[in-house]
Amino acid sequence: MNALSTWLDMGGYAAFVWSAYGIAALVLGGIAVNSWHRYRSSSETLARLQKQTGVRE
Amino acid sequence: MMTRLANPARFMRVSGTMLPWLGGLTVVVLALGLVWALLLAPPDYQQGESVRIMFIHVPAAIMAEGVYYFIALASFVALIWRHPLADVAAQAAAPIGAAFTFVCLTTGSLWGRPMWGTWWVWDARLTSVLVLFFLYLGYVALVNAFDDASRGARAGSILALVGVVDLPIIKFSVNWWNTLHQPASILRAGGPMIDVSMLIPLLVMALGFGLLFGTLLLLRMRTALNERKTRALRLYAVEQPRAQGAAAGLPAARAASR
Amino acid sequence: MGAFFGLIRRDLRLSLRQGGEMGLVLGFFVLAVLLFPFGVGPEPELLGRIAAGIIWVAALLAAVISLERLFATDYADGSLDLIALSPLPLEAAVGAKAIAHWLTTGLPLTVLSPLLAVFLNLDPSAIPVLTLGLLLGSPVLSLFGTIAAALTIGARRPGVLVSLLVLPLYLPPLIFGAGAVEASLTAESGHADLLLLGALTLAALPLAPLAAAAALRQALE
Repeated sequence: MNALSTWLDMGGYAAFVWSAYGIAALVLGGIAVNSWHRYRSSSETLARLQKQTGVRE
Repeated sequence: MMTRLANPARFMRVSGTMLPWLGGLTVVVLALGLVWALLLAPPDYQQGESVRIMFIHVPAAIMAEGVYYFIALASFVALIWRHPLADVAAQAAAPIGAAFTFVCLTTGSLWGRPMWGTWWVWDARLTSVLVLFFLYLGYVALVNAFDDASRGARAGSILALVGVVDLPIIKFSVNWWNTLHQPASILRAGGPMIDVSMLIPLLVMALGFGLLFGTLLLLRMRTALNERKTRALRLYAVEQPRAQGAAAGLPAARAASR
Repeated sequence: MGAFFGLIRRDLRLSLRQGGEMGLVLGFFVLAVLLFPFGVGPEPELLGRIAAGIIWVAALLAAVISLERLFATDYADGSLDLIALSPLPLEAAVGAKAIAHWLTTGLPLTVLSPLLAVFLNLDPSAIPVLTLGLLLGSPVLSLFGTIAAALTIGARRPGVLVSLLVLPLYLPPLIFGAGAVEASLTAESGHADLLLLGALTLAALPLAPLAAAAALRQALE
């Protein structure tokens, strides 16, 4: 457990290091989630519309 | 390859098969990079553990600039060769580039604070990235400022090309400005030579970010093409009953719906 | 050739007749500069140190204000189409517009700058460097400005957009222009900065009209 808390402490810079990695995860993860979500929703809308109009092209 | 991918349908097929592999590879490389960055790499003898921020900051800086060059290249292809997917690629890339730029700026600030005592440092690289952020904002704002989407795309292409020509000038002048007011560039780990043990996680993270860009680019391009098809279908769906109800009769209606 | 100068004369006549435009730009410039002592305190040494930066930034912002209307009125009343259809190449027309713009913004600002420099207690030895810098660099502001103005024709909220687009373009002349004064004050000379400014203007002269004309063609399509 001691090794873990030492690692988490990041030599005293814990706030800075983890904030940095956290922001990166948030922003990059955020745009990844957003991209995926928009893709899924656009695919579903398209599929639904294709079924309605019977156009498959 | 570019002309073969010009056909949207073919692009959808190729990107559809590539995407799961690209995405999987991205996750693997990023995981590897993170393990290396957070665990395996040794702390810097001057900056201690805070140097680990560099493994996010520098790859993000590379991507911030790299994506802008990608947008400029795609804009060039769109304007000169009128490649049908080039401006789709450029517009899809812009938010991703802006995200990397934002990450670069915030991690730069967090890296600088313990070292230099202030939350923002006007060093040459950070300042250039700040200007780059505004270039991204300008591009996205311009593309979205027109009711006519194709007008926005064309204006954006020109802006991207103007920006890419101006970028070296900006970087030169920011460097000039910085050396005029400050002797040396600040954010550098381990001096002029980066130790191999730090270079590897840096490169792995850079590769991971690059793969992430590729994955998200394809996703966003596919979304844009889906939305285009949806719009076209909606127009068609509106016009079809009109054509069928026309007094011209059945043969004309059948011809119209083909 | 005649068409080129004719276009410059026409633009000058229009802006002088309206008068408000030029007055707005110059008024903003003077006001912005004169507000600073109230903001940072009247201590002469401080003002003298930041004078060049203040004057350059104010000049930049004043130029930005006038950019929105550079092509907008011509676009709205159809004269832009006529200009595009005329035998004068569109690049030359853009150049003419830039010259007219400079004559009504950059040049007057340059002429006013020594006076404002005195108000800000700039070291007198540096005033020629400041003025020369503005003389060399203000054409760049007009030239780059035509690009931003051309790109935003017909856009929603063009004013904000033009400022956003043009500010990265305006950074190099600002850095070199203010840097020249700083350099001349610290016993080096401002020559290098001024040379860079001149080089920038020379480069912008052919390139900016090229980009702006391309943008105009897009807008008129």
